[in-house]
Amino acid sequence: MNMSDPIKKDHTKQAGKKKNEILFFALRNIKFRIGVFILAFFGILALVGPLISQYDPLDYAGPGYRPPSTEFWMGTSTFGQDIFSQFVHGLGSSFAVGFFGGGLATLVGLMIGFFAGYKGGWLDEILMMLTNILMVIPSVALLIIIAAYLPYRGVGIQSIIIGLTAWPWTARAVRAQTFSLKQREFVALSRISGCKTPRIILEEIAPNMMSYVFMVFIIQFGGAILAAVALDFMGLGPTLGISLGLMMQYANLWSAIQLRMWWWFVPPGLAITLIVSALYFLNTGLDEIFNPKLREM
Amino acid sequence: MGRYLRRKVAIYLLTLFFAITLNWILPRMMPGDPILSLLSRLATQPQQIQRVHTFLEQSFGLDKPWYEQYFSFWRSMFVGDLGISITHFPKPVTQIIMDALPFSLLITLPAILLSWIVGNKFGAFAARKKKMDNWVLPIWYVLTATPYLWLGILLSWSLGVVLNIFPIAGAYSYQVRREWTSTFVLSYLRHWVLPFLSLFIVQLGGWAIGMRNMIIYELEADYSRFMETMGAPSKLIRKYAYKNAILPQVTGLAVQLGVIVTGALTTEIVFSYPGIGNLLFEAIKRRDYFLIQGCFLFVVIGVLLANFFIDIAYVLIDPRVRLSMGGEKT
Repeated sequence: MNMSDPIKKDHTKQAGKKKNEILFFALRNIKFRIGVFILAFFGILALVGPLISQYDPLDYAGPGYRPPSTEFWMGTSTFGQDIFSQFVHGLGSSFAVGFFGGGLATLVGLMIGFFAGYKGGWLDEILMMLTNILMVIPSVALLIIIAAYLPYRGVGIQSIIIGLTAWPWTARAVRAQTFSLKQREFVALSRISGCKTPRIILEEIAPNMMSYVFMVFIIQFGGAILAAVALDFMGLGPTLGISLGLMMQYANLWSAIQLRMWWWFVPPGLAITLIVSALYFLNTGLDEIFNPKLREM
Repeated sequence: MGRYLRRKVAIYLLTLFFAITLNWILPRMMPGDPILSLLSRLATQPQQIQRVHTFLEQSFGLDKPWYEQYFSFWRSMFVGDLGISITHFPKPVTQIIMDALPFSLLITLPAILLSWIVGNKFGAFAARKKKMDNWVLPIWYVLTATPYLWLGILLSWSLGVVLNIFPIAGAYSYQVRREWTSTFVLSYLRHWVLPFLSLFIVQLGGWAIGMRNMIIYELEADYSRFMETMGAPSKLIRKYAYKNAILPQVTGLAVQLGVIVTGALTTEIVFSYPGIGNLLFEAIKRRDYFLIQGCFLFVVIGVLLANFFIDIAYVLIDPRVRLSMGGEKT
């Protein structure tokens, strides 16, 4: 995993402050750069795309079955919908589900992990029991059974149910970390000086785990996107609007594979694969940036 | 070891209890009247409405107090009664799922086991070979990021439609009858290849990455360094590192099961493979709630059983746990 070169070590001495050092290593890290580049590319596309696409994603735009051309950049679907417009709108909802769903999962995982780890005792027992139970139930099975009973589903509701089912492993990991941080002197000191639990957690424990929390969020971000795609594909996607998973579901339902309409099903899957890979690259890159031991390898 | 397994089994039983209770609560919590919406599906067949209505009244028993409803729900669960499917009308849900189950298992189990073995071997092989690691690792990352269903679509498009090597839908050809003849088996195997491959390939990446990281960690451990200074051949050191690294991978298998099951469900939909995934898809499309709940329960029970077997396997593999078990006896 040697992605650096010998010059790097000489530069370390010059980088004085710690913040600059992290930024320095971030910019030198090729995985970090690739990840940021891919994410920025799709992020900009999701923001600008809806402005430059001339058609509504679900409206009839022109003749169906058209391969990519200058008029329809990504071709049209069987019903004459513009695939480019569906694609850029779908990108937006994928990012939204990743951000809100992954964010909620991280937040819930953090809260439960902090309290279980810091408080200990019966609270820990109960919270960990709940966590262990939810760990074993496949979260998508849980998502299916909840989503199936909802008459209306939007990106927001999808994010909430994904966030509320994806937190258990985060809670477990955060609890373990909190457990070891709790033993340190500075935590004992603020406890003796009469700080309340929420304040100790927020001001003493959380800042020591910031880099870890950020990486957890990245993984949850990718997980939420993948979970949403699976849900959409099973017919539990947003009831209004479009998403990348829905595009693939429609393509599959209307035999795009047999009709060789590759422009309908290749772009959405490719975008998801690239976005989630970029998140993984970013995560490994950040691991190397924050952790000097890995950096030197 | 006894205590370890007892604790695990207690968690699994609690999980099962939780899942079944969820199956009971959800339809009662959700907006709208499930019975009415179920009945409206059958509006065209009056005699069936009568049958379904009495059945629903019995199973929901909405006029009784909630605890009686809950107990009768458990009672029917224990005799294996999961209700009657609306789409396949008089057929009970249990029977429909039992018909689909072998197809799902015969795709999923070989894919999980083979990719776990191959991924681990390859991950261990490529770890600490810098040139190879540099170009193989990104491939593994892209593979784990691929949605199962998309790889399924790509395979069925490239190998199925464009090159026309493998069939892309169903578990066996429509011309073949479902009996133990060589034509049936051959047709089954031809249909088996693509869904198997898409499950196998995506998982490969995750196992290889996990194994690679573990091997690197183990090769830096004191015992590896010690062996190195003692002049042990690197092949032997790697062998010991592999034995230590395989244990977290066994646990990883248990953690990943949920994601893999999701992948298996969506892959079946891509290939219209007559397993649980496709059943669930049809049930969702037609709002066949009993069938959805039945599939949910079977998926949960399947994952619980798999977790239990993995726990036992872990005890058998790890010599430390095995020894402490011997210590308990004496």
